[in-house]
Amino acid sequence: MIGLFSYHFDWSVLWRHPYGDLLIQGILTTFHLSFIAWVIAMGLGITMGVFRVMPFWLVRFIGVAFVQVFRNIPFLVQLFFWYFAAPLFLPTSAQKWLHEHLTHYSYWAGVVGLGIYTASRVAEHIRSGLLSIPQDQFRAAYSTGLTTLQTYRYVIVPYAFRIVLPPFTTEFLTCFKNSALTMTIGVMETTYTAYYIDSFTFHGLETTTAASLVYLSISLCIVIFMSFIEKRMLIPGMIVRGK
Amino acid sequence: MDLDVIIRNFEFIIGGLALTFQLALLTVVGGLFMGIVLAMARLSSRPWIYYPATLYIHFFRGLPLILVIFWLYFLFPVVIGRPMGAFSSAIISFIVFEAAYFAEIMRAGMQSVARGQALAAYSSGLTSYQTTYYVLLPQAFRNMVPSLINQTVIIFQDTSLAYVIGLREFLRRVNLVDAREVRSIELYLFAALVYFIICSTGSLISHRLEKKRVGRLFN
Repeated sequence: MIGLFSYHFDWSVLWRHPYGDLLIQGILTTFHLSFIAWVIAMGLGITMGVFRVMPFWLVRFIGVAFVQVFRNIPFLVQLFFWYFAAPLFLPTSAQKWLHEHLTHYSYWAGVVGLGIYTASRVAEHIRSGLLSIPQDQFRAAYSTGLTTLQTYRYVIVPYAFRIVLPPFTTEFLTCFKNSALTMTIGVMETTYTAYYIDSFTFHGLETTTAASLVYLSISLCIVIFMSFIEKRMLIPGMIVRGK
Repeated sequence: MDLDVIIRNFEFIIGGLALTFQLALLTVVGGLFMGIVLAMARLSSRPWIYYPATLYIHFFRGLPLILVIFWLYFLFPVVIGRPMGAFSSAIISFIVFEAAYFAEIMRAGMQSVARGQALAAYSSGLTSYQTTYYVLLPQAFRNMVPSLINQTVIIFQDTSLAYVIGLREFLRRVNLVDAREVRSIELYLFAALVYFIICSTGSLISHRLEKKRVGRLFN
């Protein structure tokens, strides 16, 4: 612990020009990267989750294969695949076009990679959410004379939505944290910026500490906000989040 | 497709897999040990034990692992006064991080045992120690085994992050071979396949045990 006292802390690397702007840029990148990825994850994840409970075996197989493949391969390997290997599948002319026009290829590879990886986790929650709906809900809805579409629109979807809301909060936070991995393919988000500033100033301890606080405070805000929403959305008489 | 590149560098890449296994094993052992301590602390009724453990768990669960790796990588030289090797630095980051997840699994496992079990044990005259070790822990352990195996699979995947501080584990070596041979498609598909086989085996075991457990509960 002696080293801590003799270490010369210089917190000004957090706001000094040009590092302050870099850090702000990094935090913003973390934000929009994880948000766009989340939109992809929701679209793809809900589709695949619904696929898994469909009555056709081929559709179900696609859902299962998607989840198994993307859950059992480390996210880092997937990122490298999208960044290094995926463009090579394209014809040479397309590769050339990509190289000239998509200057932020690493960013988009990160967004797509994170989106698909998160989708595989979202699909699992959708599936278990749909399976946890009691069959009586369907029977009751049909017996009151609702059509299939109405049953889903007014009974099943509102019900399922509330069941999957808490796991979705967790998944969004995971997605938000996983966005840090895109630094390995060169996306300048919060973690990479913290590391990058170290290479100029040798004050990585301050920058990574600040980055940790950024992640923690944003996670905390989301948790507080979502627990407020979840409370409002609670189905009366049902324990959604086990205490 | 040129699968020759994998055969040519097979020995080098598989050597990395050995390191990956080593990392995962040490992390699981260390993480379990530290996780038990944290879980006990979190179940304690004394606030000065309960709150620090809770804070620790929430702190590390709120951070990306990659940031924890960097943070400790920068912190260690300052604290101990000399740089630390990549291997020990990575191991310590993994253990410190995964212990928080293990602790939550174990706490949930302990709390999943029905309250009546403890009451019944006490009323049949067992001491608090006997109740914990003969009644509660065996049941709790069975409940948490599937989750623990699942977490082990996640740890196995997470070891690939040691890449960022230059540790030559499996993925790093694949990356190095790719830098030399420029065969991205073959190499990354190979890496994906190896991880997939190992991880889906783990997931399958966890799934089987979970099914068995649920089956026993309801039959």
